[in-house]
Amino acid sequence: MSGTFLGMPGGFPANAAVAVQDSQLRYNLRKATHTIRGKRVKAVEELPDWMELRAAGKAIKDHTLRHLDRYLLQMEEAVTRAGGTVHWARDAAEANRIVTDLVKATGEREVVKVKSMATQEIGLNEHLAAEGITAYETDLAELIVQLGEDFPSHFLVPAIHRNRSEIREIFLGKMAEWGRPAPPDLTDDPPALADAARLHLRERFLASKVAVSGGNFMIAETGTLVVLESEGNGRMCLTLPETLISVVGIEKLLPTWRDLEVFLQLLPRSSTAERMNPYTSTWTGSAEGQDFHLVLLDNGRTGVLADEVGRQALRCIRCSACLNVCPVYERTGGHAYGSVYPGPIGAILTPLLRGFDTELDASLPYASSLCGACFDACPVAIDIPEVLVDLRAKVPHGRVERAGMKVAGWVLNNEVRLAKAQRLATRFRKLVPKRLPGPLSAWTDTRDLPDIPEESFRDWWERTRRSERSGRPRNEGGRGVSEER
Amino acid sequence: MDTGAMGAREEILGRIRAAVKGAPDVEIPRDYRTSVTVADPVGLFAERLDDYRAIVHVVPAADVDAKVAELTEGKRMVVPGERAWTRDELAAADGVVTGCAIAIAETGTIVLDTRQGERAQTLLPDYHLCLVRADQIVGGVPDAVARLDPARPLTWISGPSATSDIELNRVEGVHGPRTLEVIIST
Ligand code: SF4
Repeated sequence: MSGTFLGMPGGFPANAAVAVQDSQLRYNLRKATHTIRGKRVKAVEELPDWMELRAAGKAIKDHTLRHLDRYLLQMEEAVTRAGGTVHWARDAAEANRIVTDLVKATGEREVVKVKSMATQEIGLNEHLAAEGITAYETDLAELIVQLGEDFPSHFLVPAIHRNRSEIREIFLGKMAEWGRPAPPDLTDDPPALADAARLHLRERFLASKVAVSGGNFMIAETGTLVVLESEGNGRMCLTLPETLISVVGIEKLLPTWRDLEVFLQLLPRSSTAERMNPYTSTWTGSAEGQDFHLVLLDNGRTGVLADEVGRQALRCIRCSACLNVCPVYERTGGHAYGSVYPGPIGAILTPLLRGFDTELDASLPYASSLCGACFDACPVAIDIPEVLVDLRAKVPHGRVERAGMKVAGWVLNNEVRLAKAQRLATRFRKLVPKRLPGPLSAWTDTRDLPDIPEESFRDWWERTRRSERSGRPRNEGGRGVSEER
Repeated sequence: MDTGAMGAREEILGRIRAAVKGAPDVEIPRDYRTSVTVADPVGLFAERLDDYRAIVHVVPAADVDAKVAELTEGKRMVVPGERAWTRDELAAADGVVTGCAIAIAETGTIVLDTRQGERAQTLLPDYHLCLVRADQIVGGVPDAVARLDPARPLTWISGPSATSDIELNRVEGVHGPRTLEVIIST
């Protein structure tokens, strides 16, 4: 796995504790998640056949995963036939080496990039930098993150933790180091900031010879790659350079061209809550004479596939709907998850991909109240609570869990005490323990926040106790804090 | 392909086969609308485009030429197919005028398939004027997917380029054309 996040100390609770004390972050996250959440419900309700699309999307993905070997071979053949070259990468190191060699073969020292979680997962930019190749991120948010030298915190709005004045500071301070400087009279007006990014990157797009992308979907039948985006930087990267290298997880495959009719409805509406995102590009092999390379990435995915409960996580289309409805994510932000995959999906995908070796990864399955809102929101019906519960059973940290439960029980079983604790925590933080020990400390740190409906706590507690008693995970179609229904 | 790469391919395929061994196959239910019928495709398409803050004109076929002339007056427009354009010329032009391969009423989407011009030609100019014939407008996404040829590079356009990356404020126009204007000819 990537070294990108290895600097992250402590487990999820420790990271969360830091994050929830950052009021700017909390404000931005609340605003962002609530805005998207409300819009998404509208975009989804507009379609009379949403549930049928969701059922089809889930089944198409499951079917593909069942026959992944066959479809990958079909993809390889179709891409090759259309003039592209296919590479296979077992892990991050292999993928990084393939991409580096391809870039070096062009003689170039710079590449432009369009936002890709797969390349973040493998730490490609860092690897390229070590090899003397500069990777320029071109998404506005990724640009902000790259110039600000920090980590993305959300799939879709990776700079959600930055406000406009911080962005202005970053542009003024850093753009010149990377290329065309920001205009000195730059204001913090969003259109002005966007315009500065347009000018800064336009030069780069026109000069770049090599681009690196990910892909939202690959069509086995035709060998077609599909990239959805909003800003047009994707079109720039996919179209202008002479060489295009796409690094795509093996689970992104769809069997037929027709299957896109399902996912081009599910993804935009679930993610940005739009009827359709501004731009979708599709291409097959070498398009308009471009030299095209597809790197098929495993990096732990076949391990996830072998997990009978966890394999459903590979259906994920990275829409981020589960992040936006998650009460834990809303308070902690993406960084606490210590991975490029934050939020509910990250809480299952990260340990599934890389195991429980670190304290952080072992604590991730606890970064949830099991309220079920993520499952309801997921366009491919991934039962995240089910996987969380299954993972908790697999974490070799039974004692931590029991300590956490005990503490949570003490607070949650007594509403009077809870109310008191909430008030105390607000006014006399010092008088109560700063952080409760164990995996649930993230909750205790945020209990002074007024807008978690109490029901969700009780719900959660009841479910947890019930499942403890019966030894079975809750799975009665979660209702939770989501105010959408 | 070197042997290391060959090794990776076989190893990944082997891991997959071991992982899914014995897993049941899955039927794909297609109970969603596999074709979408809308009462007034032109009206709905125009309304949806307007939601994206594209500029829309619905014009009788006979008046299209005059409308194009009016909208492009005094502008240096790229007309794909007319001649070759360098990238600098494209970037410096005021706009580009194209047709489309197909349009989708329900989502307000226009699809280009490079028969209207190379992809760079519809990307670098800051203004895109797109002509859509009423009979090119289909109801929904499935209708469009069925009619498009994936062998051609496709660009699906739904409104001008946009970002919500700064505090979730929608800003029109980052890298693509900042203005999208559509003439629907009836
Ligand atoms: S798990 Fe589901 S809701 Fe979450 S990002 Fe993936 S597809 Fe979207």
